[in-house]
Amino acid sequence: MIIPEFEYVSPQSVQEACALLVQYGDSARVLAGGSDLLVKMKDGLMKPAYLVSLKNLDSLKAIRYETGTGVIIGARATHNEVMNNRLLQEKYRSVCEAAHSMAADQIRNIGTVGGNLVNAVPSADLPPILIALDARARIVGSSGERTIALEDFFLGPGKTVLEKGEILAEIIIPDQSTTGSNYIKFGLRRAGALAVAGVASSVTVSDGTCRDVRVVLGAVAPTPMRARQAENVLRGKKISRELIDEAGRIAAAESKPISDIRGSIEYRRNLVNVLTRRSLKAAIEKGHI
Amino acid sequence: MGTAIKKGKLHVVTLTVNGEEHAVLVKANTTLLDLLREEFDYTGTKKGCELGDCGACTVLMDDRPVNSCLVLAVEADGHSFTTIEGVEQGGKLDRLQEEFINQAAVQCGYCSPGMILSGKALLMRNPHPTEREVREAIGGNLCRCTGYVRIVKAILAAAEANS
Repeated sequence: MIIPEFEYVSPQSVQEACALLVQYGDSARVLAGGSDLLVKMKDGLMKPAYLVSLKNLDSLKAIRYETGTGVIIGARATHNEVMNNRLLQEKYRSVCEAAHSMAADQIRNIGTVGGNLVNAVPSADLPPILIALDARARIVGSSGERTIALEDFFLGPGKTVLEKGEILAEIIIPDQSTTGSNYIKFGLRRAGALAVAGVASSVTVSDGTCRDVRVVLGAVAPTPMRARQAENVLRGKKISRELIDEAGRIAAAESKPISDIRGSIEYRRNLVNVLTRRSLKAAIEKGHI
Repeated sequence: MGTAIKKGKLHVVTLTVNGEEHAVLVKANTTLLDLLREEFDYTGTKKGCELGDCGACTVLMDDRPVNSCLVLAVEADGHSFTTIEGVEQGGKLDRLQEEFINQAAVQCGYCSPGMILSGKALLMRNPHPTEREVREAIGGNLCRCTGYVRIVKAILAAAEANS
């Protein structure tokens, strides 16, 4: 298999990378880990004339905590770096678990958080849990930067709000009152399988009452989607088995799956029902975020 | 060659392979897999699916397993790699390699280099893994002959020998 020829550039700063992306326009792609991009190029689905590598931008690799901001994950951090990061394991273990659920060791050592988000594949495993935790995306461009809710980052399969010359730099998970969170996926095998459906949830529970909740569905809509009707049913209510069952049914009804090689619409809806219940139960019971 | 390299430039890449440092010129679209096989003759690194699914091309990059088919040679600059040829030390097979032989964990052999490197990386970071951890560590390596049982046994036997 041959990768079509291209020019390779490895800028020394984010600003330089943005300037190159402006200069090359649509003929350029950003190269982070390459585990998606190079496959697409080998398959002939993409033929960029330029690859702008983020290899030298170590500032985009750190995972750190900033008081008043929250946990900051550099877009170049690999899935295994997320999975093994002590700070994340202590504060947001669900994110580590979601990273662990992806692909296999070899890919997790290459693939990056930023790549997983920017590719905007509907079945991606990190978006649901990050959106459940109200994560923000810090986007840097040639004329400045902006920070938006990750929920608003995705426009459709393969499409994000990134404008020409913009790079996803960091993901920020803000401090929160959440008492538990969870991501659960169903794949056709335990290793190396894309999610047929995935559900993330975060809950704030006190005195047996659901004070706040987010339920985010993956692989059952063109973008990761909040199950807002299910959230509304849960919010402010005493937690019971019946309530969680109802939330599962509602989430299934509001999901918008398609039929494809991995599962039919009906099968996916049923999965959303089951996974929503399991995810909520785990988030409520497990006592860590 | 002349016009063949229209897109240009050859890039200088400095990397360490099996303990030896090299500076090589590569084209931008050359994969690490092709560099290792064609330039260095380390043909123990197998070419399988070339899409990151089968794990036959697994090598260790700074002691961590990666699919060499999904790493550009230019991106390998500054990194250190171990291929199957670098696992033995001083002409003596690694214990893990011996256990692959002892347990008959090799049939056609095509997946073996990748399996051994994934197993080696696991044992370096976790000398006493559980069976589940072993199975997970080789989750990115496909074998179509032996059905994994003997491969798992071999890695566990090498771990046993660690203690």
